[in-house]
Amino acid sequence: MMRFLVAVLLGAALLSAPARAQNKPLRIEITEGVIEPMPFAVPDFVPDSPAASEMARQIARVIASDLSGTGLFREVPADAHIGAVSDFSAPIQFADWKAVNAQALITGAVGMSGDRVTVRFRVWDVFAGAELGNGLQYAGTADGWRRMAHKVADAVYSRITGEGGYFDSRVVFVSETGPKDDRRKRLAIMDYDGANVQYLTDSSSIVLAPRFSPTGDRVLYTSYETGFPRIFVMDVGQVQRRVLNTPEGTMSFAPRFAPDGRTVVYSLTQGGNTDLYRMDLATGHSERLTSAPSIETAPSYSPDGGRIVFESDRSGTQQLYIMPAGGGEATRISFGQGRYGTPVWSPRGDLIAFTKQNKGRFHIGVMRTDGSEERLLTASFLDEGPTWAPNGRVIMFTRETQGAGGRSSLYSVDISGRNLLPVRTPDGGSDPSWSPLQD
Amino acid sequence: MTYLNKMILAGLLAALAACTNATGYDGGGSAGAGGSGAGSAGDPASPAYFQQAIGDRVLFAVDQSDLSSEAQSTLQAQAEWLMRNSDYSAVIEGHADEQGTREYNLALGARRANAAREFLVSRGVAGSRLKTVSYGKERPIEICSEEACYAKNRRAVTVLSADLTG
Repeated sequence: MMRFLVAVLLGAALLSAPARAQNKPLRIEITEGVIEPMPFAVPDFVPDSPAASEMARQIARVIASDLSGTGLFREVPADAHIGAVSDFSAPIQFADWKAVNAQALITGAVGMSGDRVTVRFRVWDVFAGAELGNGLQYAGTADGWRRMAHKVADAVYSRITGEGGYFDSRVVFVSETGPKDDRRKRLAIMDYDGANVQYLTDSSSIVLAPRFSPTGDRVLYTSYETGFPRIFVMDVGQVQRRVLNTPEGTMSFAPRFAPDGRTVVYSLTQGGNTDLYRMDLATGHSERLTSAPSIETAPSYSPDGGRIVFESDRSGTQQLYIMPAGGGEATRISFGQGRYGTPVWSPRGDLIAFTKQNKGRFHIGVMRTDGSEERLLTASFLDEGPTWAPNGRVIMFTRETQGAGGRSSLYSVDISGRNLLPVRTPDGGSDPSWSPLQD
Repeated sequence: MTYLNKMILAGLLAALAACTNATGYDGGGSAGAGGSGAGSAGDPASPAYFQQAIGDRVLFAVDQSDLSSEAQSTLQAQAEWLMRNSDYSAVIEGHADEQGTREYNLALGARRANAAREFLVSRGVAGSRLKTVSYGKERPIEICSEEACYAKNRRAVTVLSADLTG
């Protein structure tokens, strides 16, 4: 992993950008109205030395892939370019990029010195003939080159959309192999785009539903290692784990961190009844939050830590409820047709993502925190378990196909329901959990 | 006895079952090493008899954990067997079909396992001999995506193990 990553503003003296032309600024408003992706060009970055040329090419490809993958941008491919960038400091020939209708242009340079890699980049508003924001420089170790590319793409995305990015992030998930009646599951972690997969457990025990800590340094998950489902917390860097201290004869599962990173909310089953509890990780002290004969599970904190959304069948079927983080009266928020489960509060606080089951189909959907404006984003034989991108604009989830050969894999979709895409994993995948943006 | 010892013993029993069960009936896809099935089904005191002649599992309706009359008679016979064969304890595994979300199905499987356990206890089996676990939808025995398969997956399976602490 990259040990150091620093951003440095490129010297303003390097280029004095011409005054911004008075035409429409380079801007994407992410609303349901965005249909036509913005064309952009990212010519191969300029290597400072021949040794850096392959990395300079790869970094440009990762940036292009990140931006295109959002559905908000469309790359003008290299074979359509009529201009080239062979000197990072030379003035941009805007006419060459206007001619191929590239509205945004990303130029960059890559330097290598031993194991150190430096990436500089600038973003250009081609039709305004102006730089968008300031040039930036990232430095790190060579094995972190993809992260530097993702950081550049995050900066570009952020400058053009005005929203936070999500490319320099990771996903922890369950890697699946084998047929349905002999499924083997391992915890795995990867970059958000499926690169750099690492396995965190072997497949000797069933593992379920890993969840990142608010800083991405730890993962909570459920394992049958003891013969019974119990919650473990793993330090991702050290791959060290410990089991949470829950009573003998109980099952515990569905853990999720509070925003403070110290408290865990989870389900505990005793005598066939499942309720919500919370535990202080440092002291092991636990506290019961619900007390009902119904099933209470799949809890998720609001970003301010003040409330918990969860599912319960207290009304007779699975529905979504919100209660104060310390327990107490819960308010039902789902009232549409069918059953609702696996609610997850968005990092922006405005929406709840959920799984809906209706008339034999499964959907991923979002609703406001008062249950209004329900919107179904997907439909299939079996979609479940949404997780939010750090910017609250994209959701990843599990899709399982039907029948004896049924297979689980990861998909992403944006919150308007567009841009449904499979996420590349080496084997089957389920139960994704998206990390926050990395530092 | 430690959990590890129990697992070793369960493994031995499973191996024994594999040797003695000419039919190859394998304990019904129970997760972990199914401890039942040892001995000859002709011997009423054998786990094989419990599994095959009495029936080690009961089935449930969609999203339900109520015991049908058929389930109750199976469990009645299980209870009588367990009362006669006090050297055995059991883990009751609850399962769900794939038509549900993962966490809910874990909780639903726990309800089913507990319903079976409570019935056995009500018929006189000591609660200390009966543990429960839920596998939710993680361990289907039938893999089609049709009701015929779902019906067999919505189950509670009583998996015996020899109780050396007795």
